Amino acid sequence: MNPDLFFQYMLAGITYGFLYAIVAIGFNIIYNTTGIINFAQGEFVMLGGMFAITLNNILPLPLAIAAAVVITMLIGALLEILFIRWLDNPSVLRMIIITIGLSILIRELALHFWGETVFSLPYFTGNELSTVSILGAKVSPQVLWVIGVSIIMVTALSLFFKFTFTGQQMRACAANRLAARLCGINAKNMVTFSFMLSAGIGAVAGSVISPITYTQYDIGPGLAIKGFTVAILGGLGNSVAAVIAGLLLGLIESFSIIVIPLAFQEAVSISILLIILFVRPHGLFGRSDTASLKEF
Amino acid sequence: MLKIKNLEAGYGKLRVLKRISMHIDTGEIVTIIGANGAGKTTLLYTIAGMIKATAGEISLYNQNIIRTNPESIVAAGCSLVPEGRQMFSTLSVKENLVLGGYVQRKQKVDQKEELQKIYDIFPVLKEREDQLAGTLSGGEQQMLAMGRALMAHPKLIMMDEPSTGLAPLIVKDIFAIINRLRDAGNTVLLVEQNAKAALAIADRGYVLETGKIILQGPAEDLLNNQDVQRAYLGRDVSTEGAQCELD
Repeated sequence: MNPDLFFQYMLAGITYGFLYAIVAIGFNIIYNTTGIINFAQGEFVMLGGMFAITLNNILPLPLAIAAAVVITMLIGALLEILFIRWLDNPSVLRMIIITIGLSILIRELALHFWGETVFSLPYFTGNELSTVSILGAKVSPQVLWVIGVSIIMVTALSLFFKFTFTGQQMRACAANRLAARLCGINAKNMVTFSFMLSAGIGAVAGSVISPITYTQYDIGPGLAIKGFTVAILGGLGNSVAAVIAGLLLGLIESFSIIVIPLAFQEAVSISILLIILFVRPHGLFGRSDTASLKEF
Repeated sequence: MLKIKNLEAGYGKLRVLKRISMHIDTGEIVTIIGANGAGKTTLLYTIAGMIKATAGEISLYNQNIIRTNPESIVAAGCSLVPEGRQMFSTLSVKENLVLGGYVQRKQKVDQKEELQKIYDIFPVLKEREDQLAGTLSGGEQQMLAMGRALMAHPKLIMMDEPSTGLAPLIVKDIFAIINRLRDAGNTVLLVEQNAKAALAIADRGYVLETGKIILQGPAEDLLNNQDVQRAYLGRDVSTEGAQCELD
C-alpha cells in the first residue's frame, strides 16, 4: 500500500472513530446517571442531522444546526420525562426495553415525516470537490470539521463535569445516587439533564457528519451498535477510554478493507463486540473488580 | 423540634415500624438503640423521606413532612449521615463537601468560609482536601460523611451507626465530635448498636425492638435498667448476683 492511500484510510478511520466515540459518550453520560444503556442514542444523531437539514431550508447553516441541537435536546428531555421519570424503582432491564421501544418509535415517526429519502447538509466550507492537502494526502475540509468539533466537544464535556456545579452534581449522582439525594440533590432532574446532554452531543455529531455520511431515517441502529461496541470496548462509563476505543474501532474498520471485502465491514464491529463481551466484558480500560460491582 | 406520632412504614407488605411515637427537643442528643433488624435504619430513612410512611405523622417544627420528598427535607434542615458512609468515592474530599452544601447554595453563603468551618471540626479533611474520597480510611470517611451533612446547616442531624467498622480509638474521637456538635447547638439523633457508648453521651434514649419502642427515658435510667443491661450492654445483673452467692 502506498503511503498516500494509507493516510487516506487512516483519516477515514479517525473521522468515523470520533463519530462512534461521541455516540459512545452519549451512552456513557446516561449510563453514569441511570445505570442503563439508552438504545435510542443513535436516533438522537439521526434527529440532529434531519432537523438541521430541514431547518437549513429557512435558516443559515450555523443557526439551523444550533436550532436542531436545541430541538433534539428538548426531545431528549421530553422522552425522559414521559417514559422514564415517573417509574418508581424500575429494573434496569425494563428501562433498557423502554429505550429500545423509543428508538423504534422515533425511527417510525422520522420515516413518516421525512420519508426514505437520503438527505445531507451542505459542506460547512467548500464543497464535495474541495480538498485540503495534509502531508501530501488530499483531505476533505469536512473531515477536519468532524475531527475539530469532536475534540472541542470531548474537551468541553470533561471541563463541564470537572468544573461546573451541575457537572459535579451529575458525577455525584453517578458515584452514589443515595448519597446525592441525602445531600438534597434532585437525582431525577439530573437524569433528565443527562438525557438532554447526550441528545445534544448526539445532535451535534449528527450535523457535522451529515455532509460525509448522509442522513436517513434509519441510520440510528447502526450507529447505536457501533457506539455500544465502543462504549463496551472502552469500559462503560469512561469517556476518555471511549475516545480511544472509538478511534481504535474506526481505524480497524477502515483498514479491514485491505483484507475483508467492503460488504462485510459491518460485521467487523459486531465481531469485536462479541469478542470483547466474551473475553473482557469490563472493557479494555475498565477494571474487572469495579465491573463486577455494576449491575451488568 | 421533631415529633413522631404513630408512625408506620415498611417495604411492600412487610411492616417494619409499628406505631412509633417519639420526640426530639432542640439541643438534645437522643439515641435509638436496638438489635439488628429492629427497624432503626428504617426509622431514619422514613424521617429522611427516602421510605414513604404508610401511616402516622412526622412533624419538623410543627410542619408535617410525611409526604415531603427527601430533597426538601434536607433543605428544611434535617440531614442524615447514612450507615456505611456512602461517599462520592470517585470525587475529591472537597467536592464531596461542596456537594453537601448544595441546599445552601441559594443563600449565597461564602463557600471558603463554610469549608473552613468544617476543616476546623475535622482538621484531617483539610489535609486530604484533594484526595479522592474513596481512598480515605474508614474513620476519615465517617468524618467526611459528617462534614458533608453539616455543610447543609442541618438543625437536626441524624447519624446511622457512625461507629460501625471503626477502631475503638477512632470511635472515641467520633463520639467526642458528636458531643462537641451538641455543645455548638446542634440537635443529634443517634442510632447505634454500640449502646453503651451511645447512652454515655445521649440525653435521652429509646429502645427499639421488632419495630416497636419498648422502653424510653433519660440515658442514665436506661443505662441502669436491668433489661437494657442484659439485652444491649452484655451484662446480666441477676446471674452476676447468683455467681457472687456461689463464690
